[in-house]
This record gives sequence, C-alpha cells and structure tokens, in this order.
Amino acid sequence: MPVEIDIARVARLARIALTDDELAHYGEQLVGILEHASTVQSLPTEGVEPTAHPLGIVNGLRHDEPGPMLDRDEVFAAAPATDGPYFTVPPFLDE
Amino acid sequence: MSDAADLTIAEAGGRLRDGSLTAADLLDAVRRRASMTEAIIHGYLTIDHDGAAASAAEADAAFARGEDRGRLQGIPIALKDNMVTRGIETTASSRILAGWIPPYDATVVSRLRAAGAILYGKTNLDEFAMGSSTENSAYGPTRNPWDADRVPGGSSGGSAAVVAAGSAYAALGSDTGGSIRQPASLCGVVGMKPTYGLVSRYGLIAFASSLDQIGPIARTVDDAVTVFETIAGHDPYDATSYPGALPDVRTGLTEGVSGLRIGVLSELVSEGVEPAVAAAFQATLDRLAKAGAEISEVSLPTTKHALSAYYLLAPAECSANLARFDGVRYGPRLDGASVEQMMATTRRDGFGPEVTRRILLGTYALSAGYYDAFYGQAQKVRTLVVQEFRQAYQQVDVLVTPTSPTTAFALGARAADPLAMYLSDVCTIPSNLSGDPAISVPVGLDEDGLPIGFQVLGPALGDAMVFRVARAIEELSGFDSRAALASSEGAV
Repeated sequence: MPVEIDIARVARLARIALTDDELAHYGEQLVGILEHASTVQSLPTEGVEPTAHPLGIVNGLRHDEPGPMLDRDEVFAAAPATDGPYFTVPPFLDE
Repeated sequence: MSDAADLTIAEAGGRLRDGSLTAADLLDAVRRRASMTEAIIHGYLTIDHDGAAASAAEADAAFARGEDRGRLQGIPIALKDNMVTRGIETTASSRILAGWIPPYDATVVSRLRAAGAILYGKTNLDEFAMGSSTENSAYGPTRNPWDADRVPGGSSGGSAAVVAAGSAYAALGSDTGGSIRQPASLCGVVGMKPTYGLVSRYGLIAFASSLDQIGPIARTVDDAVTVFETIAGHDPYDATSYPGALPDVRTGLTEGVSGLRIGVLSELVSEGVEPAVAAAFQATLDRLAKAGAEISEVSLPTTKHALSAYYLLAPAECSANLARFDGVRYGPRLDGASVEQMMATTRRDGFGPEVTRRILLGTYALSAGYYDAFYGQAQKVRTLVVQEFRQAYQQVDVLVTPTSPTTAFALGARAADPLAMYLSDVCTIPSNLSGDPAISVPVGLDEDGLPIGFQVLGPALGDAMVFRVARAIEELSGFDSRAALASSEGAV
C-alpha cells in the first residue's frame, strides 16, 4: 500500500525540531517501514477485538491508602529549572 | 581455571554457605574480571563501587549472624540501565537523561536489595531499549565477549555481555521484542522473558508498555530460575501486574522432556536462518526426540505478520511514553524562546536517530485519520496472534524456534538499514505480542566459534514448563564453552 506522510507535521506533533534534510531523510525511511508494516491491513479483522493486555487485566488499581511519596528535594534536584516548589519553563503564551 | 568469577550462582552460593568464600571475595572476583574486560567490551555504563562494597559487607555480616535471605544473598548482579536506581545515575543510554539521579528504586531493584543481592553496576543498552545490537547507545557500543568485532545483540547487550564475560553472576534485562533473548543467544548465555505481568514494570523506563517485560540473564537455567523467583510477584505499583498465584518454577525443573509434546514453529525455521543455526537447531531437536519428547511441526500463519504489527504497536506506544522527556522535570534542557521551542530543541538534541525514527513513526501511526488503519489494526492482529498461540498449546506443551536467525553480526553491518536490523527479532517478537513466556538457551557454536541459541516458547503462565524444557536442553546439549574474553588474566 502506498503511504504518504506529511513529515513536517509529524515532527511538529512529536515536538522534535528537525532540519529540512533530516525531515526528508526520516520521511523516506518512514515510508519504507510503513509500506512493509501496512501488510497487517491485508488480514481480515472484522469483529476481532483489539488486545492491549495479553492476560486481559484492565486498570489493576491499588487500594487508595497513603504510602511513602517521592522526596521533593530529591525530585527537584534533577530538574533543569525550578523556582521554589515549582518547575519553571519559558513562556507558553504570546504577549 | 579456578576463578570465582566463573562460578554459577548455585556454586557461589554453596561456597558462601560453606564459608570457603565471602561476598567480598565474589565482589573482588567480579571487579578483577571487569577491570580486564571492560576496556574492550564496555558492558557497563556505571559501576557502583561504594554501594557494592557496602552490600557485600552487609551480606557477609548477615551470613556471620546466621541470617539467610535466600540464593542471591551476597551475589553481585548487574542491572540494565533502563531500571531506575535511587541515588545512582540512570540514563537508558540516552543523552536526554544524562546525569539523571532517580529519586526512587524500581520494584525489581527493591526486591534484589531485599534479597541481599549486590547491585554491582548498570549496563549499556540500545537507547531506550530500541535496537538489536547495542550500537544505538549515546555512550558507545558494547562489544561481544566472544569476538570483539561483533555486536552482543540488543537491546540488553550490556547485560548479556557482562554475564558472558564473568563481570556479573547474572543480570536483569528487559524484553519488548526479544531484547533479553536475542542478546543472550548472541552471547552464549541464558535469557528468559517471563509471562507479561509477572515481573513489575514499576521503575522500568517505559518503551512499549503493553510489550515490555523484565527478566533474567544468567549462565545457567538454574541461575535464571533463582533470579526469576526473586523479582517476580504482584506489585500494586504496576497496574498491569498479575495478581494471581506465581507459577512454581523450581519444583518440576529437572523432570526432563520425556512424554512432552514439542512443536516446531514452522513459519520461523525456514527463511533466512543461517545453515549453522539450522544445523544446531536440528541437532537439538534430535536430542530432545531421543530423550523421549514427541516432536511435531506446528504452523501459525499469523506470526508472519507479527513483525509488521510489532513495528506499528511498539513505536506508537514509544511515542506516547517518550513524550515525558521534554526538558521540564529531568535531564538537560536547551534554551528556546517559547516552551514549544525549548521542548523541540531539547528533544532533537537528546534523542538519537533510532529513537527519533520510532517516535516519528509512532506519532504518525497514532495521528488523527491513521489510528484505525495502523495502531487499531495492529492491536487486532495481535489478538489473532494470541488466539493462534492458544490453539497451538492445545496440541503441544511448548513451541520451539532458533532464537535468532543468525549468530552475532559485525559492528556496523546493519546500522544503515533499519529494516534489516528489525529482522533480527523475527523469531522473538511473536511471544511479546502473545505475552507468553520464552527463553533462549545456548546449544552450540558456529564455524566462527560464535554461540547459537535455541528458543522455547510456552503458554501464558507456563513459565515453569519453559524453564523445565530449557533445563533439559542445557543438559542434553552439554554446552559449556566460555567467551574468549572471559578471563581475568589479560592474555586475550
């Protein structure tokens, strides 16, 4: 099956800043892989349920009881930029 | 050869308990071996000298007090560097986690610590476990201890290489499409992927959550059983963890294969299998038949589509999982005028080419308009694979294939062609889709002296049967060769 990819849009969605050359390179490789992988579309799957967990376990939630938490100072020590009890990032919105 | 680094866990455990060796001796042996081999192999990214010494002292003190927490007490073990360790750098071989010191331990790490194991170091892998050669590491490739011009396989290549070299008694790997079994095969050691859900994924840096499973790499099946028993068990911190009773993998371990029905998975033994691999596979089948197993051919036509389904499912889940690496909470950050620019430049710089390729592939496969055609369809094909396996296990006890169609290939040989690299996993991927247990056990060497692995697949929760058949194969094949570099003498 022929596959067409708007690779610049995909890279934008994935939040990876690539050059035009890199976009062209990855775009070509993705088309090759997807054309191979799209053979799955030839299998009839009418009425087949999708599988996410092979043993069929869904949302095995634990009891809602307080337990040990991560140490906040240890967590913040690994962050690139913080301000008091917050992670900081560049502006989200235009002025 | 009487170097403590060459003992099995079972033998070393005996020596610890009869007092002829201490945990400190075992740690010394592993250190000496690492100091002779690491400059060539590069299996470790981090060695925790201080932590390991403290654990060894603790284990020796426990033995002196008559305290015994089980078979791993005082045994030096290695961990793949995608399992988080509190206070010890964990990178998943990616630049995007360079310098990250995790604030918690993975459940498998807590379990090993509680069992008194010595956590010696963190091993190299393909970045975020994506690859089949350990060449996709931001910190340089690992080399195969049998032949340093060849890859150790991957993605748990560091773990397999250090066990083969003798610089750890066993190691943990993780297996998403064969990443424990394929490197074990290429390094001449035992590697086992448990049933999905038996070993907690809490603290395993996620690649493809519905496929990832942690398991043991060891020099014997018996040692792999020991590690499995220590790390398996329900964990409330993993929502996909299996809450039922654990399979008893020790009791029937040595019962052999007489009367067992063994199915040769015909789709995976025909195309692209090297002659030496095919010959060793057949020789093993002959031995199994002679030992009383009933051998038949089993056809599972959908497994031909397993690789394609996998290369939609795994990248899709990877693109979602790796969204968390955005320069906000951990890892290095590159500047940007806006938050989006900061994230996009940080991610571009932090991820290597294979990871970038899979994130893009997965982002595309999950994007609006394509979801049903790719991810949705692949999940349905997965259901067909599961159903076919279940039917097969009505007729046979286990299925068998070569672990890898080839022995270890040269560094760089497949680096330029992603599809050729992906084909290394054609025999191992089906059991990740089915979630079933599988093991690779070494059965011989090819004409270049490189190890050949034999794979045993079993039904879900049939981990005991998989270990039992592998144990019999180990005994029948009598494989006892050691890697050329497995020496503390330096004369290699």
